[in-house]
Amino acid sequence: MGDSKVGTVVVKRGMAEMQKGGVIMDVVNAEQAKIAEAAGAVAVMALERVPSDIRKAGGVARMADPTIIEEVMKAVSIPVMAKARIGHITEARILEAMGVDYIDESEVLTPADEEFHLLKSSYTVPFVCGCRDLGEAARRIGEGAAMLRTKGEPGTGNIVEAVRHMRKVNAQVRRVIHMSEDELMTEAKLLGAPYEVLLEIKKLGRLPVVNFAAGGVATPADAALMMELGADGVFVGSGIFKSENPALFAKAIVEATTNFRDYKLLAEISKGLGTPMTGLEIASLAPADRMQERGW
Amino acid sequence: MLKIGILALQGAVREHATSLKRCGAEAVEVKTANDLKGLDGLILPGGESTTMRRLIDTYDLMKPLKQFISLDRPVFGTCAGLILLAERIVGSNSCHIGMMDITVERNSFGRQINSFEAPLNIKDIGRGFPGVFIRAPHISETGEGVTALCEYEGRIVMARQNNLLGCAFHPELTGDQRVMSYFVKMVREAAATRPKS
Repeated sequence: MGDSKVGTVVVKRGMAEMQKGGVIMDVVNAEQAKIAEAAGAVAVMALERVPSDIRKAGGVARMADPTIIEEVMKAVSIPVMAKARIGHITEARILEAMGVDYIDESEVLTPADEEFHLLKSSYTVPFVCGCRDLGEAARRIGEGAAMLRTKGEPGTGNIVEAVRHMRKVNAQVRRVIHMSEDELMTEAKLLGAPYEVLLEIKKLGRLPVVNFAAGGVATPADAALMMELGADGVFVGSGIFKSENPALFAKAIVEATTNFRDYKLLAEISKGLGTPMTGLEIASLAPADRMQERGW
Repeated sequence: MLKIGILALQGAVREHATSLKRCGAEAVEVKTANDLKGLDGLILPGGESTTMRRLIDTYDLMKPLKQFISLDRPVFGTCAGLILLAERIVGSNSCHIGMMDITVERNSFGRQINSFEAPLNIKDIGRGFPGVFIRAPHISETGEGVTALCEYEGRIVMARQNNLLGCAFHPELTGDQRVMSYFVKMVREAAATRPKS
């Protein structure tokens, strides 16, 4: 019918609203995707390598081989996300043409453009982007991102950076909400944020899009911690399929995210999970290896 | 004030709570069987139905939810919530709560890039309701006693069976309270006819 509209802001942001309270898991094949779906993931991110393997492999990290993405799309009925390089218009268009449900314009891959991000409002497919502070978050919303996530430090299994970014964004959001309207333009200038987005935050009393935690979640307690700090949900990258028992681990992280304040339950589900992924100390990373610095 | 629960395992809980408050009802988050006590009605929100089912099983909520429905308390399922209510799901041998005599087809309008907004004409509710369809299902068959309330492009997208109401779209994502008001009215009427316990 002529009066129906696809790719609207409501439909794009609404899709992310439906993911709230859920866990989105990185997978590299159909088998992992099925494990994730069975564990209760709300979506999967189809990748060629999980972030910790991207770190190990080095070199340029690009969009996954479409064969892998297609294989995952066929294997599960939950939404399938995929990553495009920052500013790589064509990778994003290819993923859109393939019908992936969400694109992550991701710093986990090597950026294709060191100046400009994608104009995400010009796509029908919705986008999620990483942020470390409200300036980044608001710029991505300004470009049309329908969902945010903290950058954290991907592939490290170290939650410290995700905590830093979640606290920072939420503290800055609270500040904006309590500012008087005549202070917002200067705040926009200081943050490097679009004024209209700050105005929307003030009006709504929250970010206008869902903000998930990502980049370093390795245990159920990590996932619960991020929910405690105000995340709307959790992305788990290397954490699940680099652990000793992925199926058990995946289920435990889903439960921890739903019931992040039920500490007795958290104790129960944290028992006997086997070894989580090996973590990396952030200070041991050379500046060039810090993925969170990518994006502008 | 009417107390209406929202199954709060995953999904669009906040939006339904806001909508309920605007319609003059109290919204209660339901995470355990205990939370169902004293509720006049219940909303099963949008989200991922497979995830919600998983969590319903984990927290032993299936039996309490079925009991709640069998007491004739009004229940409203939106999108994933509609799938939870359906007795039959295309391509699957099993169902979830399965107490509404309908068959649903999941993701029947396509993937996210096909998600859309369109104005709807809804029986007993009104014309031009902003329909927000996100990877939406549709109702492919209705049993006896089920009234189709809305069709879009020849597909049933909203239906009612006694005290069960289900729709494939997301009224909670719009500022239009007509659908929620309709459900709150169902809850009010059910509460008025119930013998005081």
